[in-house]
Amino acid sequence: MDKYIMRFSKTGRAVYISHLDLMRTITRAFLRAECRLKYSEGFNPHPNISIALPLSVGCESVCEIMDFKMLEDMPCDEIKSRLSTQMPEGIEVLEVYEAERKVKEIKWLCVSGVFEYDERDAAAMAEKLNEFYSADSVVITKKTKRGVGESDIRPAIKEISFEWLDSDVRMQAVISAQEPTLNPELIADALRQLAPDIAPDFAKFKRLEIFDENMEPFR
Amino acid sequence: MDKRLERILPKVQKPARYTGGEYNQITKNKDEVELRLAFCFPDTYEIGMSNLGMGILYSTMNELPYVWCERVYAPWGDMYEQMKQNGVALYALESGDPISEHDVLAFSIGYEMAYSTVLDMMDMAGIPIHSADREDLLPLVIAGGTAALNPEPMADFIDIFLLGEGEEMNNELLALLRTAKVEGWPKQAFLEKASQIGGVYVPSFYKPIYNDDFTINHFDVHPGAPEKVTKRIIADMNAVHFPLSPIVPSTEVVHDRVNLELFRGCVRGCRFCQAGHVYRPIRAKSPELLAEQGKALLKNTGCQDITLLSLSSSDYRCLSELCDDLLGYCEPRSIGLSLPSLRADNFSMDIMHRIQKTRKSGLTFAPEAGSQRLRDAINKNVTEEDLLHTCRLAFEGGWNTIKLYFMLGLPTETDEDILGIAELANQVLHTWRLYAKNKNRGVRITVSTSCFVPKPHSPFQWEQQVTMEEYIRKVHLLRDNIKAKNVVYNWHDPQTSYIEATLSRGDRRMGSVIENVWRAGGRLEAWSDYFSFDRWMKAFDDAGVDPTFYAHRLRDKDEVMPWDNVDVGVRRAHLWHEREQAYKSELSPDCRKQCSACGAAKLLKGGKCDG
Repeated sequence: MDKYIMRFSKTGRAVYISHLDLMRTITRAFLRAECRLKYSEGFNPHPNISIALPLSVGCESVCEIMDFKMLEDMPCDEIKSRLSTQMPEGIEVLEVYEAERKVKEIKWLCVSGVFEYDERDAAAMAEKLNEFYSADSVVITKKTKRGVGESDIRPAIKEISFEWLDSDVRMQAVISAQEPTLNPELIADALRQLAPDIAPDFAKFKRLEIFDENMEPFR
Repeated sequence: MDKRLERILPKVQKPARYTGGEYNQITKNKDEVELRLAFCFPDTYEIGMSNLGMGILYSTMNELPYVWCERVYAPWGDMYEQMKQNGVALYALESGDPISEHDVLAFSIGYEMAYSTVLDMMDMAGIPIHSADREDLLPLVIAGGTAALNPEPMADFIDIFLLGEGEEMNNELLALLRTAKVEGWPKQAFLEKASQIGGVYVPSFYKPIYNDDFTINHFDVHPGAPEKVTKRIIADMNAVHFPLSPIVPSTEVVHDRVNLELFRGCVRGCRFCQAGHVYRPIRAKSPELLAEQGKALLKNTGCQDITLLSLSSSDYRCLSELCDDLLGYCEPRSIGLSLPSLRADNFSMDIMHRIQKTRKSGLTFAPEAGSQRLRDAINKNVTEEDLLHTCRLAFEGGWNTIKLYFMLGLPTETDEDILGIAELANQVLHTWRLYAKNKNRGVRITVSTSCFVPKPHSPFQWEQQVTMEEYIRKVHLLRDNIKAKNVVYNWHDPQTSYIEATLSRGDRRMGSVIENVWRAGGRLEAWSDYFSFDRWMKAFDDAGVDPTFYAHRLRDKDEVMPWDNVDVGVRRAHLWHEREQAYKSELSPDCRKQCSACGAAKLLKGGKCDG
């Protein structure tokens, strides 16, 4: 088998593990599980693993995927069961399968969010948020490597809706996963820039599912 | 997770160090344990998680089914600010519970510059910093670690010091505390009972009585408490509990690798060295056990590096066979084996060649002094010939970076000794010119100096530290005499060394200085980011304490030292004899050549010292 894909979740305390730290953490889990990864050749060999769509620190996900190569073939279920006892709290292996499609085919991400309002009435916010995001364009200023630039995030949002639930506002959205990649944090940042009255005091996000361009879950 | 924490964490650097949840962490049901212990390391997560002692004791204490020991580290400045602003108290990593809910705060104090952080962590937990202000039995504040071997500077703050190795002693104390908690003993009654446990030093039971010149006349000892507290040791290193499934950090720490402890103690007896004296007698683990433990650790952690730890690895009798055994496991798995604290001799280079097949970057040696005369005076058994021969082998073997560490301000040092450092660096450079395999790659020789700090329980405990001005003069003398462009000279600032010198041999009067520093915002002072010399000077001033009394004063032979209540095994008469040898520039043979009857073997109670 050439390439495997591991689908995993990253929730709870594990959301604070950075992308680079996660790569090392998972590599070590493979070593403990005695699942021998294939390493690159050269002066400083490193395992051939790649986590698609790096997740920002603080964001939860139940749909992370990582592709990897093994030194010797091993049944997918065997890899899964060996790995599942080796992960730190909050990382859970959901599935291991043979990679058939290219990660490039991931197009959309389904994301949920919780918007918290401390002093303001959250119940009144959902409607205003829906109204704000009904616009055709939401142009924000963004710091890039070349300085400060303007960017319209609205085209990268396929669907978005807000509703009031349990004293917070809940967001559900489908956003562009690649080309362009939209960091869901920008959905709250845009409000801080353009509509501070309805910007949340705190917002957190969770990736729910990855889709291809036909809105079929990517597997 | 705490809602406030959830908002803070995305704003701070490296938040994973504040969350716990790592692989192999130990969690228990708090309702099913009788004692909750917060194991506090007064420095950052990255430093504390690299500390082998913490890892061992975390595991041994958690072996007790009625105890849950959790980890606590000092937050970096950004996290500290956020916690203060949002009213988040210091919490334990495993449970996330505030440590004010714990029965015991246990501090591991490895170095003096952590003292202010100890106070700060108590305060962040909402616990009064003075022992006298904590009237109830719980929370009990205990401390151990190398810095505790002079407990006096922290005596006002800590209820109980645990002296020496903690594997057995900690659990004996916790067993007593369990009874005391169930039966509701008053704190005083518990302290009296606890003082009967070997290695337990209750500072409130030892009241220093000062002479007019602030030297100590004697200690008033509480009735029933031992006159001297003897440090504890583990007699049988092969039988002691050693954790084979240590916590694997989910973020980068300073030493991210498996640590294997070869032996405790040191056969060398360098006269400036505290560790070489306070960790005696020599007790080694068997190579078979070490190989077995090393492999288990690598398997259970997934680490790709393993380090063999000790004060002087070349003195481990079975080093060669252990390395062969481990290499047999490591090489096919691309696991790196490293071996610090090697002596500069042939045998060591042979081992280095075997273990370091790739990445021949740097080698570090610590000749400590520039002339043979001064190296003899400090009993550093390294000759120039040894060192240059080792460098030759290194250059021939492809290494091209050599670091050389020295101390300035050692007892009996003259300017000639200092010029000897420059000369030695030139000799190393010359050796490279003669023997380097590939000269095109160039060579880099780094000379570093630090200011000598006299330490308690070492032969130089009576000595004065040179003033900062004198240290700087010595630095300039050396700098002006290092001329080769391939030799780089770095020197440590003398301010930290000066403060260290006041703390390491401090008495109980230093408590108010440490408290002043903490009240003025001092914490994490081992970091240059946070160290403030002016804050220390003001703290001394406000406390009416003279720092030069501790740092720059030569003690009389029979002066009562603040740490005289502590018996580390090595006799004071032995230390004084070694000091006299130093002033005659005479070497003492290492323990393997001839036992010096230093006194530490008595701790083995008939067992044999491996010296």
